[in-house]
Amino acid sequence: MAAKDDLGRRGEAIAARHLVDSGLTVIDRNWRCRLGEIDLVARAGDETVFVEVKTRTSVAFGHPLAAITVQKLARLRRLAAAWCEAHPEVRGRIRIDAIGIIAPTHGLIEIEHLAGVF
Amino acid sequence: MPLARTHAVSLLGLRGAMVEIEADLSANLPGWLLIGLPDASLNEAKDRVRAAATNAGVELPNRRFTINLSPASLPKHGSSFDLGIAMAALGAAGEVEPASVERVVHLGELALDGRLRPTPGVLPSVLAAARAGFTIVMVPAGNAEEAELVPGIRVIAVASLRDAAIWHGGKYEPEVVEPILVPAPSVPPDEALDLADVIGNEDAIDAMLVAAAGGHHVFLLGPPGAGKTMLASRLPGLLPDLEPEAALEVSSIRSLSGLPVGRSLATRPPLESPHHTATAAALVGGGSSVIRPGAAARASHGVLFLDEAPEFSSAVLDALRQPLESGVISIHRANAVAHFPGRFQLVMAANPCPCGQYGARDSDCTCAPFARRRYLARISGPLLDRIDIQLRVPRITATQLRLAAGSHRMTTLEARAKVEDARAAARERLALTPWTQNSQVPGAWLRGPQARLGSETTASIDRALERGGITMRGYDRVLRVGWTLADLDGASTPTPEHIGRALYFRKAMAS
Repeated sequence: MAAKDDLGRRGEAIAARHLVDSGLTVIDRNWRCRLGEIDLVARAGDETVFVEVKTRTSVAFGHPLAAITVQKLARLRRLAAAWCEAHPEVRGRIRIDAIGIIAPTHGLIEIEHLAGVF
Repeated sequence: MPLARTHAVSLLGLRGAMVEIEADLSANLPGWLLIGLPDASLNEAKDRVRAAATNAGVELPNRRFTINLSPASLPKHGSSFDLGIAMAALGAAGEVEPASVERVVHLGELALDGRLRPTPGVLPSVLAAARAGFTIVMVPAGNAEEAELVPGIRVIAVASLRDAAIWHGGKYEPEVVEPILVPAPSVPPDEALDLADVIGNEDAIDAMLVAAAGGHHVFLLGPPGAGKTMLASRLPGLLPDLEPEAALEVSSIRSLSGLPVGRSLATRPPLESPHHTATAAALVGGGSSVIRPGAAARASHGVLFLDEAPEFSSAVLDALRQPLESGVISIHRANAVAHFPGRFQLVMAANPCPCGQYGARDSDCTCAPFARRRYLARISGPLLDRIDIQLRVPRITATQLRLAAGSHRMTTLEARAKVEDARAAARERLALTPWTQNSQVPGAWLRGPQARLGSETTASIDRALERGGITMRGYDRVLRVGWTLADLDGASTPTPEHIGRALYFRKAMAS
């Protein structure tokens, strides 16, 4: 497996832990369909939260949150609709969050969580 | 509250309007939203500000900034808002003191390395800020001298974004950077042109003296090599030093044109000599989004010299009629009107015909009469009407050169002293009127009871008028020049000789 995929997987694990720590329930991970992939799906009260996770080892090429573009968010929105269609049992409002993680190989991990970005 | 505001200036012509910059920081994906009618170069400010902040080591949070420029209906242009936007953003982020940022007017463009670049138009912008009641202005180090010319304003000159943030209470270590300065003026003030260099043409020197003393516009007609350009370029030297108000205006126009202003206000009247291929926009000013001053505005309070006047397109020349009439250049666009000062002294020079030899003693003109007539007809009647002195300048002969070699010739300094005395006399005489110079006085007033001359004095022009040699308007113009001649001689009223000489000064086009 390529190093970048490894980093992504590590970041998603960190993000999932962070969500659980902030009182959310993770209900789905790496859900795929023909439109693409959703990193994390969680429940916060009666809200369904779709989370895009972006991980980088440093900010040498910009902050991870800066790499989440409008196009990426638009795709996440379409994916969210597809996910809801596939899971009719889950009801309530939806929300799209972004989590940026700076995870250096050695040292402190930084997590930034932005709620309702789209 | 993640909100901060500061102030900047949007220039329209020489008039500045205060613009409030508001920055809001919201928990959203990183980005910049710039609203409030920015133009393309101002919209690029977001990229400059972000890069400059990173490279200056002044970190902005990775969140969304919404920058609003208010009043939203006023079109804003240029790069001088960069510093204000950066400071408002830093204030919203809590990196600097929002209260400190709010009471300061910020002007300046950011370089990507975080240093501040000097911008054109700082002097009129600072003036506008002072008039709007602000007392502290932050400008790039390269514009400091210019900004300090405005009285009653505290100028904070900063070399970089980091310095600016530190001044506003940002907790950063000072870092010395080399400030970006404006290149020093490469052309030294042209004091080398002296009136004493003009040999032989006594009439023309006299006419220049009269023009300077009365503020009269001049038309010089003569063959190539007669010294028309030489005479015209010496006219600014004859004019007295600029009054403080005029000096501020001249320097403001220079600043707006992106010319170096230096550490003191301009004291000498400017000379502008646009080439005859100039367009109307180049001469009076223009432009679609940014309205820039033209040569006529830069010549305000000085001399606008149009060499080879018939070669200018007639539409371009006629564009000068409005400023000649009102002293103000107004440029109208769909979204705004810009005003520039336009109180210049016009000097036009022309050859008598396309080949230039007509009327010269030593060579023959090869032009058809038709071509000759059409050549000078390119200068429209209404424009010529506004020119008081119309003079023929002949080539000087070898005899005149030999004669002149021994005699004393008036230097520019002597001439300027005479001009200053004459102007003072005119001002005193016109003290109770709205005018200060003879060229501004309307004909009706000159013929009215306040200034009526005896019939023996005006006999020569009365006769010329009866014969149809001059028109009523020409009559008034002769009177005006006559008064200036009297002022130069120290006489209280013009004598018949003064009037006769004034009549001679408008013979060029008649013959």
